[in-house]
Amino acid sequence: MFPFRIPLRDWIADGVDLLIERYGVLFDGFSAVVFFMVDGLKDLFMMGHPLILMGVFVALTIWMAGWKAALLAALGLLLTENIGLWPAFVETLALVLTAEVLVVVVGIPLGILAAGSDRVDTLLRPVLDFMQTMPAFVYLIPAVMFFGLGLVPGVMATFVFAIPPLVRLTNLGIRQVPQDLIEAADAFGATRTQKLLKVQIPTALPTIMAGVNQSIMLGLSMVVIAAMIGAGGLGEDVLRGIQRIQIGQGFEAGLAVVILAVILDRITAGFGERRGPPPGTA
Amino acid sequence: MSQIVAEGLYKIFGPRPERAFDLLDEGVSKDEIQARTGLVVGVQDASFTVSEGETFVVMGLSGSGKSTLLRLLNRLLEPTRGSVQVAGVEVTDLGSRDLIQFRRDHFGGMVFQKFAILPNRNVLDNVAFGLELQGVEKGQREEKARAIIDLVGLAGHEASYPRQLSGGMQQRVGLARALVVEAEILLMDEAFSALDPLIRHHMQDELLGLQERLQRTIVFVTHDLDEAFRVGDRIAIMNEGAVVQTGTAEDIVLNPANDYVRSFVRNMDRTQVFRARTVMESPPGEADGQTAAGTGATVSLDATLAQVIRQAAEHPGPVAVRDDEGELVGIIRRDRILEAMDRDFSPLAADIEGAAAQVSTVD
Repeated sequence: MFPFRIPLRDWIADGVDLLIERYGVLFDGFSAVVFFMVDGLKDLFMMGHPLILMGVFVALTIWMAGWKAALLAALGLLLTENIGLWPAFVETLALVLTAEVLVVVVGIPLGILAAGSDRVDTLLRPVLDFMQTMPAFVYLIPAVMFFGLGLVPGVMATFVFAIPPLVRLTNLGIRQVPQDLIEAADAFGATRTQKLLKVQIPTALPTIMAGVNQSIMLGLSMVVIAAMIGAGGLGEDVLRGIQRIQIGQGFEAGLAVVILAVILDRITAGFGERRGPPPGTA
Repeated sequence: MSQIVAEGLYKIFGPRPERAFDLLDEGVSKDEIQARTGLVVGVQDASFTVSEGETFVVMGLSGSGKSTLLRLLNRLLEPTRGSVQVAGVEVTDLGSRDLIQFRRDHFGGMVFQKFAILPNRNVLDNVAFGLELQGVEKGQREEKARAIIDLVGLAGHEASYPRQLSGGMQQRVGLARALVVEAEILLMDEAFSALDPLIRHHMQDELLGLQERLQRTIVFVTHDLDEAFRVGDRIAIMNEGAVVQTGTAEDIVLNPANDYVRSFVRNMDRTQVFRARTVMESPPGEADGQTAAGTGATVSLDATLAQVIRQAAEHPGPVAVRDDEGELVGIIRRDRILEAMDRDFSPLAADIEGAAAQVSTVD
């Protein structure tokens, strides 16, 4: 139809090359930090007897979601250990938690910025749409180019995929803080920072926590995909099951991912609910 | 001393608000301006003064600009034009940092119609909010907060969360939060309007009781005329963004500035508005004075007509009016009481000491 073809692929490839050429050192440094985090967490979790970490999980679940959920969590964790997937489980946990830390550190401030400025919101919206709708596999390519193979690009791909809901829900939560609460803060002589820390964030916290919950769930859905670039963990076992058509093995690993997802979901969802009513009901 | 002096305050909502001024000068109505320019006139040319320790009520129907006017005082809304002086400081000249400090020092926060207390904080932390913003150390601010919580009758609820409290109790939290910062001015925006009538009445009584002790300067916004007359020392009536009349309840009922105010106050309960000093015949004739003194029916100068009626019902003959020294200054006959209940009643000019002088009208 056209006598020419827009060299989109060349532009993107050139752009990535340019970034690596210019800022390669930065990427390496960042890569080292992320690797240190994941590895450190993994070592920490593997340090004691598995029952210790399981105990922590169960305690958190009791606190946040009650006895029934905790009982289910305990059974799931013991099953994971029994079928020999505990090390992979812990590795995946470390990867997801690291990605989530980055998501929170970047996502919440971005959400706050977007809530404070309609211009930022308008700019950010299509970027977030893009990040969420782009097939997740596509992130693997630049992730590998910037960070090589292994854990770190896995974390970064997960980060990109998981950050949009937190930014969106933080933005929404803060925008939904009732106007009269903002007026009250102003009338009592609150500075901008005080208003943010003492009124807006605490009031929006249930919504923000829903965002954290959503981003963890999305992060877990990246586990298998990230394993394709050597991120390890449970995803690797699932992949191996697919490649060798070992239905049983693949299913076991998949089940372990589900167990992790359910536990993290219960804990984070419970946290959002515990901290007061959702906005608008009070 | 005048605590608040507002002069020629305007608030016009919309882009390039200056466009409205010429039209306003030409006498174009608020609706017409909105139709022509899209600008909304919130407040136009409002001027008034509030004295120290006075409860000044701004009364008007919804859309009359009363809540907007209140927000111009502490600049929750920026005045488009005009001046607000509080304790001699021109508030409209303050930079943003100074404004925050000024709000902390002079405006004892604000009490809101929808309470606006923080859902995630318990009563104690909500009440201590203003002090927390000022950086008051935790032990000290909680001590002060507990004292005020006692004062508003919430003792024992310190650890409760707003959602566990009734509307009336939530508004006590709102009131306590504003009282605790100990600034001289208290702004109240339809503070009791969301409450049930019975609780509203009760809260009005409590406010009057607290005010007797605390003597804050209160600017109280309401759409309820009865409430305005009950709590207000003086009342400003607003219509279409303008202050139509300012005066005491009696001034307004006796000398309504225009038909709008007249229609408003027509159905007022006069027995609660009129004072003995307004209704009495003064000085009393020799013979009447002796009869009145003999019957034992006595009221003070500031007694309401309702109190006069109660006295008259219990004792035959006229009611004696005595000043603070117990001196007989006037009498009220039964026919006079009935006259006062009539809508066209107006006391003899000599009867109202300077009442006419206090009435300032902007029409």
